[in-house]
Amino acid sequence: MSAARQLRAVPTLFRVGFAEAVAYRGEFFIWILSTNMPLVMLVLFREVAREAPVAGFDEKGFGAYFLATLIVRLMTGSWAVWEMNADIRSGGIAMHLLRPLHPFVHYATDNLAALPIRALLAFPIALLAFAWVGGGHVATDAAHWCIGLFAIFGAWALTFAAMLAVGSLGLFWESSLSLYDLWLGLFFIFSGYLMPLSLFPGWLLGATWWMPFRYTLAFPVETMLGLESLDQSLRSLAAQWAWVASLLALALLLWRRGVARYSVFGG
Amino acid sequence: MISVRNLAKHYLVHRRPPGLLAAMRSVVARRYEKVVAVDGLSFEIAAGERVGFLGPNGAGKTTTLKMLSGLLHPTSGEATVAGFTPRHRAPEFLRSIMLVTGQKQQLLWDLPPAETFELNRAIYDVPKAQYEETRAELVELLGIGDLVRQPTRTLSLGERMKCELAAALLHRPRVLFLDEPTIGLDVTMQSAMRGFIRSYNERFGATVVLTSHYMDDVAALCPRVIVIDRGRLTYDGSLDALVRELSPDKRLTLRFARAVARGDVEALGGRVVTCDDDGAVLQIAAHSTRSVVERALSSLPVEDLKIEDAPLEEVIADLFARNAKTDTR
Repeated sequence: MSAARQLRAVPTLFRVGFAEAVAYRGEFFIWILSTNMPLVMLVLFREVAREAPVAGFDEKGFGAYFLATLIVRLMTGSWAVWEMNADIRSGGIAMHLLRPLHPFVHYATDNLAALPIRALLAFPIALLAFAWVGGGHVATDAAHWCIGLFAIFGAWALTFAAMLAVGSLGLFWESSLSLYDLWLGLFFIFSGYLMPLSLFPGWLLGATWWMPFRYTLAFPVETMLGLESLDQSLRSLAAQWAWVASLLALALLLWRRGVARYSVFGG
Repeated sequence: MISVRNLAKHYLVHRRPPGLLAAMRSVVARRYEKVVAVDGLSFEIAAGERVGFLGPNGAGKTTTLKMLSGLLHPTSGEATVAGFTPRHRAPEFLRSIMLVTGQKQQLLWDLPPAETFELNRAIYDVPKAQYEETRAELVELLGIGDLVRQPTRTLSLGERMKCELAAALLHRPRVLFLDEPTIGLDVTMQSAMRGFIRSYNERFGATVVLTSHYMDDVAALCPRVIVIDRGRLTYDGSLDALVRELSPDKRLTLRFARAVARGDVEALGGRVVTCDDDGAVLQIAAHSTRSVVERALSSLPVEDLKIEDAPLEEVIADLFARNAKTDTR
């Protein structure tokens, strides 16, 4: 199927994906609500900052940080790696291979189609957060917000591409999900999910710039809160999309090799 | 439409004996064995033919279908389907074929089948007018008008299978591979599915290749059968000719007005398959049918009788048993 033909299919893929997300609304809301770690960390760090600011964050600063973290996490979550793994294990992957549409397009639209439902939860939180922390703790210029929106999409794309790469490994290796567990472990530490990265010692903070994890969370959060200069945000955006491109290329390579192997060894 | 030359598929399978020691040994030194799933198949199938693959479990039927649909790469040999090499899985090839299996489904579980139909319309880029026309025809042929708007999870197995077939055929594939399409269905539904597959083949001139463990599927649908056993082709021709070749005898079923001694039945000639108070079944040579029937009518209290070929299941089972015996010699 040519790229143009695949593109023509995308609106219907989105529509059906949205219908699926609505059909699974119960499970979906539970899944969304399970993303509650930022709220726990918010309570903890507000206590820590009660006496005096920590690494530049006062009580409301931590509040803004973790509410932004929650919003970014809600908007950028993906489940492609588990979906791919289930498809490979069950043989359902054959259905994808028989269709003239790259399965990555299908997984992507399936994940993105759930965005409106996620937004239903994320936007009220964003409004409440803004009302609570006030203007002093969020970026006030359009440029930061513009980069922030691209950064949120980039964060989703990076997470999704990493999932595609690990998911494709399932065609070679039965325990590929354990690799994603490792990714998640590193994500929790180095993405800024559990604490702002500025709380890290200097050498470790420096190291996070070379890892993909900060671009999946801390970068869009810090940009929306105006914690990064415009120049720095633009450099981060470039680094983020370089990671997206690299991981997507890796995923495509692994998928291609994996499908060839699957076809040789049987499904 | 389908051309297959010396097609073969070998797998390497990890084997180890049971036990902890063997498990630990397999961590460092794995032993692999070559399994020959398909072993040099060659055949041609013309456009519009309906062909049945017959064979015992593990004979290589499904592996062959998977190679012809591009899911598996052959170890050696060549295959072309609708002018394409399946393993390249060219988009146009994928738009020309469909593989339907009775055990795997593409319908979206929590949505009505109509949503999967729409999805397939988009994926296969079927023009709107053609889609509407094909969909209306399939819905009518399969009698699923009321079902397509009901969530798939609420449909019975037979209803799901009908919707599955409709979803698979919306892009009007020229070649249809069916792997056990009636598995698990009741007799009425099996018959309905057979009727539909035949109609689709006749209406659209599609080539149909089918595997099934139900001989009735094969007998009703496939004028030609290809028997595959241990990956090798052991017969290619008409089903009738196969039955005549393997089992030229006839089955004579007699129903008696009163109980008859077994000895009186044996005296008619032929082999007594079953005999009880209500009747008997005899296997007799085709050329002696007339004389045996005359003897039965004159000497026994026959109320009703039936003459037919030996049951297909028995003939095929006999063929597989013969092949197995030949292989072990």
